[in-house]
Amino acid sequence: MRFLALFWKELRAFFASPLVYVVSAVFLALSGWYFYTDLDALITFGFGESIVDHLWQRLYNDIVRILITVVPLITMRVYAEEKSLGTIELLYTAPVRDIEILLSKYLACMSVFAVIAGSTMLYPYLISRMTPLDFSQLWSVYLGAFLLISAMVMVGIFISSLTEAQLIAAMFTYGAILLLWNLNWNEAAIPDSWAGVVSQLCAYDHFEPFARGVVDLRHVLYFVSLSVFMGYLTMRSMESREWRGRR
Amino acid sequence: MIEAHDLIKDYGRNRAVNDVSFRIEGGDIVGLLGPNGSGKTTIMRMLTGFFAPTMGSCTIAGVDVQSDPREARRHIGYLPERVALYPDMTVRSYLNFAARVHGMSRGLRARVNETMELTGLTEMAKRHIGKLSKGYRQRVGIAQAIVHRPDVLILDEPTVGLDPRQIVEIRTLIRELAGHSTVLLSTHILPEVSITCRRVLIIDQGRLVAEDTAAGLTERTVGHGELLVRLVGPEEQILSVLGGLDGITSVEVVGRAPSDATSYRLLTAAETDVRTTVAQTAIDCGWGLQELTRNTMSLEDLFVRILEESSRGSG
Repeated sequence: MRFLALFWKELRAFFASPLVYVVSAVFLALSGWYFYTDLDALITFGFGESIVDHLWQRLYNDIVRILITVVPLITMRVYAEEKSLGTIELLYTAPVRDIEILLSKYLACMSVFAVIAGSTMLYPYLISRMTPLDFSQLWSVYLGAFLLISAMVMVGIFISSLTEAQLIAAMFTYGAILLLWNLNWNEAAIPDSWAGVVSQLCAYDHFEPFARGVVDLRHVLYFVSLSVFMGYLTMRSMESREWRGRR
Repeated sequence: MIEAHDLIKDYGRNRAVNDVSFRIEGGDIVGLLGPNGSGKTTIMRMLTGFFAPTMGSCTIAGVDVQSDPREARRHIGYLPERVALYPDMTVRSYLNFAARVHGMSRGLRARVNETMELTGLTEMAKRHIGKLSKGYRQRVGIAQAIVHRPDVLILDEPTVGLDPRQIVEIRTLIRELAGHSTVLLSTHILPEVSITCRRVLIIDQGRLVAEDTAAGLTERTVGHGELLVRLVGPEEQILSVLGGLDGITSVEVVGRAPSDATSYRLLTAAETDVRTTVAQTAIDCGWGLQELTRNTMSLEDLFVRILEESSRGSG
């Protein structure tokens, strides 16, 4: 009951502000453009390739790239706004656990992304009206996207918990997300001794198999542990009021 | 109802609260008084479980705040120093949220209505909090603190920034609430405590320097006896006669009015009231008695004196 109240409050806050609607509109416009251009590219240049098999991999790589750049805009406010308004003090003194506060914020962010990303299911639907579709690959893509977004949202929430300034939270989150996403794009530039670790950290390498329809537990584990680790850091950041004496 | 045992709070090397202990009984209304930056907010934040004390402990309604913060917070209604509210929410939806977060579900609507009635917010129920005036926002802050009918109300500077009429209203409201809850409020304004509170804890530089009833505090300002008398009559005679009265330690002239009346200041031994004697003497001697007032020390004077005494004591 208490948790539900927290969750509703977070969700309201998103949908009471115009930001979520603007973000969704821009995202839908861009993903629609990619849907059209990716399909067109396969039809024009994809000689001998099965269009329906290859479209999703291309399309979802493009869509996910837009999606992760949206993350900072959604997560920047969750703590920073409450800290600058001062409302976090009432949350901290309400009979709720810190982890309930964190989870309510996380779930609210994920709900926003469920709405935004869920709307892209329109594209497979359109294709399935014309030709039979293998949905198993799609499940894997959406599972991968869910895990990826979940980890990136936790990165954003953690960074938001460090500051009162939303834009600073957003910019640092951009930095962290884009770095994680592209960490490994030029393997030759990375010293050999680090290569093993760096390639394990790169989010793109862990997401890409999902886009191909491969669900590997190792990649699931990567995103889950990144999310949990970021959640742990956020909890420590919330506890810093103990010694900082401030919100 | 509220107990603090040897509370200490350090921020890095800075000791914000130093060994503060007190006990507040159920139904009492107590003021935490001290200059800005003296540690009032820090004490309140420890009581509400916002953060833990570096050392010491506190209990709310018999529940230890550190070991069971959620149970303790259930008994607390808290108005932070900076009244922080979600500007996009309406008054009603915010109070609904505050009540739910404190675990209320049944009778919620009736309770929220009742609380808005009590705090004079009924007409504002559908307004967005961001569009309310400072006074109304303060009421919303108090409303969220009492919506779950807590046993303990902790109000950090509840009247700061309000206009005089609003201050009177909020004080009246707080006194009404004291019937149901134990109230601890902080302020740096002296008259506030003497008007609202029954007991006062005076804090300076993180230490509890004095503790008294509000009446006792007022008594301390009065007990220090000083009389102002304006008399028409021969100065020499007046000075010698009054100076010879029992209980008067000194007499001096403090001013001469144009109407050949003279003002005298009489210092009296503490605890004695010589007003009747002085009046009787004036009549017996045939002086014109124009004025006779007991001079009280202002609360501000008293406060400064208590702080001076405590710093002398510690130095």
